Amino acid sequence: MIKQWFAKTVSIALGVVLLAGCEPPTAESTQNGFRGTGMLQLEQPKVREAKVAANQVPAASPALPATPPYAKDVYQNVQVLGDLGVGQFTRLMAAMTQWVAPEEGCNYCHVTGNLASDDIYTKVVSRRMLQMTQHINANWNDHVGETGVTCYTCHRGNNVPAEIWFEDPGPRSAAKAGWRDNQNTPAPVAAMASLPYDSLSRYLLGDEEIRVIGNTALPSTNTSPIKATEGTYSLMMHMSDALGVNCTFCHNTRAMADWTQSTPQRVTAWYGIEMARDLNVDYLDPLQPVYPEHRLGDLGDAPKANCATCHQGVNKPLYGAAMVKDFPSLTVEASTSAMGQVSSEAASAVATSEAVDRQEAEGI
Amino acid sequence: MAVNEYQNIFTRVQVTGPAEEGIELPKGIWERQGTPFFSYWLGKIGDAQVGPFYLGTFGLLSLAFGLTAFEIIGFNMWASVNWNPIEFVRQLFWLALEPPAAEHGLSIPPLNEGGWWLLAGFFLTISIVLWWFRMYRRARQLGLGTHTAWAFAAAIWLYLVLGFIRPVLMGSWSEAVPFGVFPHLDWTAAFSLRYGNLFYNPFHMLSIVFLYGSVLLFAMHGATILATARYGAEREIEQIVDRGTGSERAALFWRWTMGFNASMESIHRWAWWFAVLCPLTGGIGILLTGTVVDNWYLWAVKHGVAPAYPAMLPATADPLMGAN
Repeated sequence: MIKQWFAKTVSIALGVVLLAGCEPPTAESTQNGFRGTGMLQLEQPKVREAKVAANQVPAASPALPATPPYAKDVYQNVQVLGDLGVGQFTRLMAAMTQWVAPEEGCNYCHVTGNLASDDIYTKVVSRRMLQMTQHINANWNDHVGETGVTCYTCHRGNNVPAEIWFEDPGPRSAAKAGWRDNQNTPAPVAAMASLPYDSLSRYLLGDEEIRVIGNTALPSTNTSPIKATEGTYSLMMHMSDALGVNCTFCHNTRAMADWTQSTPQRVTAWYGIEMARDLNVDYLDPLQPVYPEHRLGDLGDAPKANCATCHQGVNKPLYGAAMVKDFPSLTVEASTSAMGQVSSEAASAVATSEAVDRQEAEGI
Repeated sequence: MAVNEYQNIFTRVQVTGPAEEGIELPKGIWERQGTPFFSYWLGKIGDAQVGPFYLGTFGLLSLAFGLTAFEIIGFNMWASVNWNPIEFVRQLFWLALEPPAAEHGLSIPPLNEGGWWLLAGFFLTISIVLWWFRMYRRARQLGLGTHTAWAFAAAIWLYLVLGFIRPVLMGSWSEAVPFGVFPHLDWTAAFSLRYGNLFYNPFHMLSIVFLYGSVLLFAMHGATILATARYGAEREIEQIVDRGTGSERAALFWRWTMGFNASMESIHRWAWWFAVLCPLTGGIGILLTGTVVDNWYLWAVKHGVAPAYPAMLPATADPLMGAN
């Protein structure tokens, strides 16, 4: 009797525990390919509600005319936004504060009483980030379209965007055994699969070949090894995770490589990979000397961008809210951008700024 | 004992008696080991008698080599988490002993860059082959056919194709499968992706037919025998030559439901061939992949296997082609 009761209780409890791992059957599916190909996206309405709530954008203050006096004439050391009217300039500065440092305010980047000073590293970084934003909006239409990006696309009110990445050295292994070939441990970048954990360094900073599938039926020139596919797979898991979509958002999975069977989103995503690499190589990685140590990764590298930095789980960042239309100055590359490259001189000047006379630093 | 005890889907019948010692062994070979005993719980799923056990030379050597391979794999996994016991348990399903990188080709790489993998594979293969000989010899010495050994050989074929024959043909150990739970599954997915979707490989298709076919046959046969056991049909082998009412009813049941029935003998041939053909065809499919076919989807298009679907989305083109 007791035995039977025990057996029943255990089996019911086990059933409940097993079911607790399931999602409720409320997922909504959206078809995005020919019927029978399995091309559909699944989303739980509750998850979507939460994501929509988390992706509301702050309202922009009313636009102001581009009338003199210009920022470059009123303020010192304005390298990027000098051609804006003072009103426009102040409006953008206020918006940036709201986007990036709502609690710290102006002094997160500016020295109190000396707005022109570059003594605080965040000011050097944000200048470069302004140039990066302009660069994206001016040159990467293939990826960001007319929607464009602002500081808020990534920062969302945080000093440092929530989704950044550093080179991943992986867990430490012993000396003479346990070689793992950069995989075989739960990889955060690949949705905790045992796939390579350094795929972002390989594809979004380096330009290792992502295409691994041959385009002829019989063997010809493609000698790509299986391990290269594992790397690509890891990157694709990152993209899927970052955009909150599955493989069929871009691919007809019966022929992953075939562009003619892919969705138009795959082209957008392809430009996204190119863009992320461009930003990491030209803008984010070179800022390394500017950052204090606590902003750097385990290997001493600068924080970098991946798909999640902007997308944050949504296939169109902020559900496609076009914030940049309210800030046209962020859509054109300022003429001074050529000198905007962070030279090692400028970087070391910042790094040792405490020792440098403030007025001297202003002159840079 | 009521005959309808057999109707339960779990084993309810346990026959106990003096332990069965087995037939006389030929002179000059090992003794069987251990005093036999009875286990009530093992009796629930099989024979309640446990032992005696015959190990022999092949068995002992196989276990020794197998244990060596197991230790090489296990210690490498443990070393990969820097000998941390907690992380070893936590990450166990993720850990692996990884084959060498592609640049080593078929050469012998340094120990900690795939050399351990090569050693583990070597010892494991010796162990498996020795176990095969043991299986063959045990069957012969009991006066049995060698069906079990040849069925095992089919599995060994697939194992060798994956870990040895195909890598050699491809000219690189890196093509082989890692030893690890999730890593070997990732390898499988990557293998299919790299070669343009393994589902279009006809030998993969056959392998699936025999895999699922085995499941279907097993269900049909198990159900038939359980259902007719009340008439004595569980004495399957006797009923091959001396059909009783159980066997007749089983035959009638299938003739009525699908017009045709296997016999008490042939159903076991069906089962054996389906099981054996699953790894045999699978191994052929793996062997052809990368060696003679590079993209199974395109191969299937070429041979009229893969259908074309009507366009539903705006035309998409490779942006790299556009740039050229």
